[in-house]
Amino acid sequence: MTTATTVPTATTVPPGPPPSSATTRPFETPDPIDEVRRAQSSARTRSDRIFRGIARGSGIAVLAVMSLVGVFLTYRALEAIRVGGVSFLTTSDWDPDAGTGHFGIAAVITGTILIALVAISVAVPLAMGTALYISEYAPARLKRTMISLVDLMAAVPSVVFGLWGFFLLQGYVRDLSRWISTYFGWIPVFSVDGTDPSDPLATSTVYTSSTFIAGIVVALMVTPIMCSVMREVCSQAPAGEREGALALGSTKWGMIRSVVLPFGKGGIIGGTMLGLGRALGETIAVFMIISPIFAVQPHILQNGANSVSSLIALRYGNSTPFGTSALMAAGLALFIMTLIVNFIASSIAMRSRSGASSDA
Amino acid sequence: MTTTPLDYHMTMTTIAPSDTFVDVTDVAIGQSHSTTVTVVEPIGPETKRSVNGIRRSDVLSLVGSFVAAICLTGLLFTQVAPFGGVLGFMVMTYVFFIGLYGVLVSFDEKGTAVRDRIAAAMIHGTAAMLIFGLVVIIGYTLFRGYSALVHANFFTQDMSDAGPLDPLTVGGIAHAMVGTLIMISIALAIVIPLGITCAIYLNEVPGKFSRFVRTIAEAMSALPSVIAGLFIYATWILILGRDKSGFAASLAISVMMLPIIIRASDVVIRLVPGTLKEASYALGSTQWRTVWHVVLPTTRSGLTTAVILGTARGIGETSPVLLTAGFTAALNTNPFNGPMVSLPLETFQLVQSPQQTLIERGFGCAAALMLLVLVLFVIARIIGGRGPGQLNRRQQKSRAAASIADERRFAHRDAARNELSPAPPNNPIGVRS
Repeated sequence: MTTATTVPTATTVPPGPPPSSATTRPFETPDPIDEVRRAQSSARTRSDRIFRGIARGSGIAVLAVMSLVGVFLTYRALEAIRVGGVSFLTTSDWDPDAGTGHFGIAAVITGTILIALVAISVAVPLAMGTALYISEYAPARLKRTMISLVDLMAAVPSVVFGLWGFFLLQGYVRDLSRWISTYFGWIPVFSVDGTDPSDPLATSTVYTSSTFIAGIVVALMVTPIMCSVMREVCSQAPAGEREGALALGSTKWGMIRSVVLPFGKGGIIGGTMLGLGRALGETIAVFMIISPIFAVQPHILQNGANSVSSLIALRYGNSTPFGTSALMAAGLALFIMTLIVNFIASSIAMRSRSGASSDA
Repeated sequence: MTTTPLDYHMTMTTIAPSDTFVDVTDVAIGQSHSTTVTVVEPIGPETKRSVNGIRRSDVLSLVGSFVAAICLTGLLFTQVAPFGGVLGFMVMTYVFFIGLYGVLVSFDEKGTAVRDRIAAAMIHGTAAMLIFGLVVIIGYTLFRGYSALVHANFFTQDMSDAGPLDPLTVGGIAHAMVGTLIMISIALAIVIPLGITCAIYLNEVPGKFSRFVRTIAEAMSALPSVIAGLFIYATWILILGRDKSGFAASLAISVMMLPIIIRASDVVIRLVPGTLKEASYALGSTQWRTVWHVVLPTTRSGLTTAVILGTARGIGETSPVLLTAGFTAALNTNPFNGPMVSLPLETFQLVQSPQQTLIERGFGCAAALMLLVLVLFVIARIIGGRGPGQLNRRQQKSRAAASIADERRFAHRDAARNELSPAPPNNPIGVRS
């Protein structure tokens, strides 16, 4: 900058004569009554006013775009909800052009929640373990690499996850599904209709394209987000308390359990909810794996599942205006769900001791 | 024993065990200082104390339980019960390993230590599993895509001449690559100025309204990407009556990327040290100048990282493009007219076909996409990953060089000034007008 060169440094000041009397004023305390109150806020310059105007304008623009999405979605959705009424929540068919009572989100919402639940129950242990490994166990050199790898995993496109899930994972999980349903089939969620465990020649196609497989793929997609939030809060646990625990003779795991986990509780719950929000909205990977059915499917190991987002991807193309409105209604239901989950996540993270540090 | 100053540290750290007496004296020889270190060797041989936390029994129990777990699972799977499947084998091995390891450790440790060991083994195992998953996902895509990627025509031709039965030597994904490039460029041209200005607004103009904007932006980061696509589909295409086009897809990607970029930039800008900004204000600069000359240069690397990672997300997103871009097999460079394809969309469409070569092409397309994301990611890591104000070695060197040059220049000018004319009496601090 040119201004820096003209400012003299302290060493360049030559010992000059004292300032001339014209520039010095006799130093006297002014009469308190005469003192004029100085304005605290100076008038902004023109460039500042322009800058603030542009900044505020961009804020307004972002707000406008974002509210437009929400308002428009609600407006179009209301049309379908008004026609569907309560049956919109309880019907599992999706045929909006057939009239009232023939379309509803019972099946897709159940499917979405089940996929998200499978995803969360796989992802939470995975993310928690990796976060603890990075923040507590990893040697300093490995730490940065691990963080980069987890971030890279968050950047892997969902279509790549879908390919992997459909072409590679499905074959392996099929056998696992068969095993689980054979030995734990007495638990209702794990039971599979139309199979006979004692028949060795039974086809295994009944185990493909299930909620379980989609859930595992989504789990790997949300693990990095959850992991980075959890790692952040775990590594912020105060060193004094850690050392205190270790000095009292606790093992490393004891220290983690009594210091790190209680400290990071808010962040861990917040990160889990954030991952849940992501899992609810995942589209393409789920769409590639499941074979869509329009009935409530509580058996997670069995062929056939559905979710709101894959319903939209499946039906947007050949819908009438009213059909689009019905899809909007389903989208709105999904959006409200993710919104609630996200708000709970951020409020839990804010209120916890570790503070707001979710930046995913 | 007299050593040169350079050897001093080496001497201290290498041959000074705890019970060695070290006598350090500083002796001035002539004008330079030299250090004398006297080392008194201890009597008798010294045994090296191990500061390593790992004992032989730890390693043995780890290896032993691992081997035992594999053997036990193998026995179960092949001889005892009708289990099957590689994944089931791995799951069972892991469970057996944890159990056996606990049993082995409990032979020589107490309960607390056993729990500690088991927890450590499980945490290491989980991290390894995640990394294994990542390697498999990336490796599998690149492996399956290899057969398509080796043909040069894969990158230079489009699919308009290639039928479903044509071999991999005909046709390619040039149209999808161009489409991705055009879409992401338009989206970035919208998102970068808007997103970063908005993030600056959130931090520099605090108030009720900016808090409200932040809340809305955070809420919108929960927006599922398919709904961003549905929004553009319903407004731009159905209501305004435009055709499906690359521009519509760019708009959908922008709606999806905007909250991501705003949140990431917001976090980066929030970390600018207050002292830097205060110093700028104290020098009398306006808010605009402070933002332009202090806030933005300080956050340059962080903002770049945020934008690149957002770009990686935007490039890989399929569902907004699926709803808004249409599909074509031919190259289309006009984003405002006619359908356009992006890499993830092309992948998605190709792998849905039952034809084996098309699936191979789909994997090639996915591999190209994955490589693109990898390159973006590596660039982001090289540029970013440092907090504001933290310089890498090259930057530190260039700053130091600039500082030395400044000092020389000042000295030179002062000398010239003192030679030519002493400071005039009515200009006491020597500032030239």
